[in-house]
Amino acid sequence: MNMIQAEKLIFEYEKRDEEGNVVGTSRAIDEVDIDVKEGQFIAVLGHNGSGKSTLAKHINAILVPTEGTVRVDGRDTKKPEELWNVRQSAGMVFQNPDNQIIGTVVEEDVGFGPENLGVPTDEIWQRVEESLKAVGMISYRHHSPNKLSGGQKQRVAIAGVVAMEPKCIVLDEPTAMLDPAGRKEVLRTVQKLREKKNVTVILITHYMEEVIDADKIYVMDHGRVVMEGTPREIFSRVDELKGYRLDVPQVTLLADELRKRGVDIPAGILRKEELVRHLCQLG
Amino acid sequence: MSIRLEHLNYIYSSGTSYEKHALKDINLTILHGEFVGIIGHTGSGKSTLIQHLNGLIRAGSGKLYYNDKNIYEDGYNMKELRNQVGLVFQYPEHQLFEVDVITDVCFGPKNQGLSPEECRERALEALKLVGLKEKYYEVSPFELSGGQKRRAAIAGVLAMRPKVLVLDEPTAGLDPKGRDDILEQIAYLHKQTDMTVILVSHSMEDIARFADRIIVMNHGEVMYNDEPKKVFAHYRELEKVGLAAPQVTYMMHDLRERGFAVDTEATTVEEAADEIMRVLETKR
Repeated sequence: MNMIQAEKLIFEYEKRDEEGNVVGTSRAIDEVDIDVKEGQFIAVLGHNGSGKSTLAKHINAILVPTEGTVRVDGRDTKKPEELWNVRQSAGMVFQNPDNQIIGTVVEEDVGFGPENLGVPTDEIWQRVEESLKAVGMISYRHHSPNKLSGGQKQRVAIAGVVAMEPKCIVLDEPTAMLDPAGRKEVLRTVQKLREKKNVTVILITHYMEEVIDADKIYVMDHGRVVMEGTPREIFSRVDELKGYRLDVPQVTLLADELRKRGVDIPAGILRKEELVRHLCQLG
Repeated sequence: MSIRLEHLNYIYSSGTSYEKHALKDINLTILHGEFVGIIGHTGSGKSTLIQHLNGLIRAGSGKLYYNDKNIYEDGYNMKELRNQVGLVFQYPEHQLFEVDVITDVCFGPKNQGLSPEECRERALEALKLVGLKEKYYEVSPFELSGGQKRRAAIAGVLAMRPKVLVLDEPTAGLDPKGRDDILEQIAYLHKQTDMTVILVSHSMEDIARFADRIIVMNHGEVMYNDEPKKVFAHYRELEKVGLAAPQVTYMMHDLRERGFAVDTEATTVEEAADEIMRVLETKR
């Protein structure tokens, strides 16, 4: 079953002059085909302005295609009558936790989503409790969100999305503003959600290390998907990635450097355990 | 020429129930021409610390000497201090506001009281230093990409020709190439102009690559203050305070545990590669 399916997706922004007249269009997404199966972990990489976030906004119908179609859980995002169903199927988490938290108490913030969906009160509280447990923040339920660390705030934002029980969560650079521990917390939380609830995850990030466990990576450039494959396939093409302003995990970079210096190890090493094993076999 | 902090304390919302002791008895010296990295978990006091350096925040107690003069003394020329210590905030591109890039970069020198010609000269120099192409000078700053906007904003501070450049997470949210470009440009500036650079970052890899010395902040206190190799040798302690070592450092420790006799000091890819090659060659 396809969770997300984009076919020949095109999105054009209208450029306007100072009076608001349309003076032209610029194509942010250019004939993108994507299919994501239920329960998959998909990563989207690409430089600033490559179209990643524009693509993400199509998944919960913040934007709708200029041409082509996007289906979320089988629903066409272009149909106005499907809007709420689409938004319920796909939840979004953004970069800056401070822009996403509205409640003055953690549990109220998490309850905001389901309340808007018209969920009965008893069930709201049940969902709030369950989601806060899922992200490991239940002991902070009565705290004020502004006293939390960045990673904790981001986990509360994720809980707020989880409480709406979406089948799919799109995270748009959720770790960009966090310290190393905060980054780890968020990624571990996402991992746990996949295991426990079989949630489909789409992760957009500039940190290459975060996507080595993905089922599939899409690389975007100028609104197009230019590379598609498993992490091992993608990260073995170091020079090509650098051409798209991207990078590879530091372990992959080290392995690549050693290969260039004549050490006999395979391309596309992703984890430090792998590299350690290969090196120890040489020694 | 130096910045020296002696027994510096700062308390937010002092006397209220929100009171927070953000800096506790800070003693530090930063010498002219150094490249210093500051790391610490969210809320550790990094940003509070750097806002003291140009007098934006006044310490509750303690002394801050800039070139051996206590900036808290009566009659100290704060305006001159702010000319010399340039602060680039997080997401500095949010502060862009002018009609075009060059006018925006002129804003700092204009406030310093320079003539329009001098301002323009300074702006052109700064834009060249950050590596922004000439075709963008007359463009609205809002039409630039994320990385370009960031450069334009940094140029706005450089145009004031600071002696000390303080940057608070200058690469947050940028793609890897944008990240490298900005940091390499800053390293180049540091070499060319002998400017002191103080870099706050959450990327241990970036800090390891560029800083001569690292200051680790934890709950408002200085936890470590040493060269990168020595600081990252404490990787277990760093993890306990929300930080980490660069990934290659972990690799080296793993290798050594498995009996591959490398020295574990490496903090950059090049150092790690050199060290692994050294060991492989002795085995041959």
